Amino acid sequence: MTDDVLTASRPLAVARPAPATAPARPAGLAAAGRAGSRMLPVVTAILGILAIWYAVSYLLLDPKRRFLLPPPHEVLAETLGNPQVIGPMLAALGQTTTVALIGLAIAFVIGTGWAVLMSQSRLAERVLYPYAVILQTIPILALTPLIGIWMGYGIPARIVVCVIVAVFPLISNTLFGLQSAEPSAHDLFTLGKATRGQRLWKLQLPAAIPSIFTGLRNAAGLSVIGAIVGDFFFQQGSQGIGGLLRTYTLRLNMEPLFLAIIFTALFGVVVFSVFAALDRVVVGRLFGPRRR
Amino acid sequence: MTATLRFDDITKDFATGTRALSDVSLSISAGEFVSVVGPSGCGKSTLLRLAAGLEETTFGTVANNADVTSFVFQDPTLLEWRSAQKNVELIGELAHVPAAERRERARAALAMVGLAGFENQHPRELSGGMRMRVSIARALVAEPQLALFDEPFGALDEITRLKMQTELQRLFQVSGFAAMFITHSISEAVYLSSRVVVMSGRPGRIVEDIELPWAYPRSPELRYEPEFGRIAGHLSKTLELEHA
Repeated sequence: MTDDVLTASRPLAVARPAPATAPARPAGLAAAGRAGSRMLPVVTAILGILAIWYAVSYLLLDPKRRFLLPPPHEVLAETLGNPQVIGPMLAALGQTTTVALIGLAIAFVIGTGWAVLMSQSRLAERVLYPYAVILQTIPILALTPLIGIWMGYGIPARIVVCVIVAVFPLISNTLFGLQSAEPSAHDLFTLGKATRGQRLWKLQLPAAIPSIFTGLRNAAGLSVIGAIVGDFFFQQGSQGIGGLLRTYTLRLNMEPLFLAIIFTALFGVVVFSVFAALDRVVVGRLFGPRRR
Repeated sequence: MTATLRFDDITKDFATGTRALSDVSLSISAGEFVSVVGPSGCGKSTLLRLAAGLEETTFGTVANNADVTSFVFQDPTLLEWRSAQKNVELIGELAHVPAAERRERARAALAMVGLAGFENQHPRELSGGMRMRVSIARALVAEPQLALFDEPFGALDEITRLKMQTELQRLFQVSGFAAMFITHSISEAVYLSSRVVVMSGRPGRIVEDIELPWAYPRSPELRYEPEFGRIAGHLSKTLELEHA
């Protein structure tokens, strides 16, 4: 990898903070209509998945092999109504959520702190950025054995996995945001004889807020993945959804396995949506309504 | 009387080695409104940045005797997350001016530029002209002896631009700052200024420096007077010669 790539201050894939500038305050009916039209692709996608699922279950697999992919209604009937399945699964989901949120919180503190340090001097950026890139590029599976040996095979190890997977978008987006203030705004602060702290606190950090939320949204999704991977490898302590996935797989409990997969997918979507909504609310409030 | 701002034989080279300004001497006194016109890239903005202390000269000295110097940027340069009021309060905040005094002065400054009632609007909610008014209020709130303007109306539409010129002329009269005003527009320079300075292409030198005969306040109709046209024409010709 070239030096250029390692020290690039612009993250490779920074989502533009578009939701920050989402249309504000549509009237009630219009809002419902807009929400409906936003949901339409999602609903279509879900229907499409169900259709493919049924097609594979009934058309592709002969009845003897249908256990490989039981049709959706069987999965739901055999799991949702069964307290011995649904009870542990919800508990596991709760455990995974806790790990993901703790991991995200720690990644947020480390990521923003790291970015703030880097924003304070070119030298700091050149020295610190490569570590962030390495953290991003090293496959987490290569690290899990080491994490297990060092941290034990319980919940702390799962949290560490979360932090490692989630921290990069927080670092890169925050840094991008901190450096996004216009040169003339910096001149304004220079003319006002601003201290370094004032510049950071009153210019760079507020300017970075939309990017920080973009980072948080991406990191939240990654943190969920990290928590599930962590569950999968570190089975001590109360079981997470990733742990259940492994158990069901070993026992060939196909219906619960599929439900667990559905839950993890929904979980990711929910976490992402929550942070997207938080982004809209906070940034909308801070930057004022958009002019029409 | 000592000049508010004085450039003594200054030369400015960029880090790339390009000579931006060559042997420029210019002084601006209290009560003067001096516009600087010149082809793009002639170093007029650099001259302004030198006056503000944002850049250092290569040779020569800049003497800025104003206690308070304000700068109005090409873009309004407002902080999007702050209301109009909070934007105007920014410089006072940096200098730890007590909150009550800061608020009062910002309110008065906004009223002075015709934005009473818009204190709590965010920049996003304001039009281009209004944003520039906030920017001017922020510059004038500190009661500067010297105000530096870097083509502030360049991005505005013609009608807003003419309005802002009238407005700025009024503010110049009531506030009594010395002004150095960079612009591309000769008619803007002639209408606003007590003196117009013409610069040559790179490296920038001063090739013309003329006093304008009219007292303030000037009516917008001045623009249609033959004398106005004659002076504007002369400046325009000087510029073209320099450009060729």
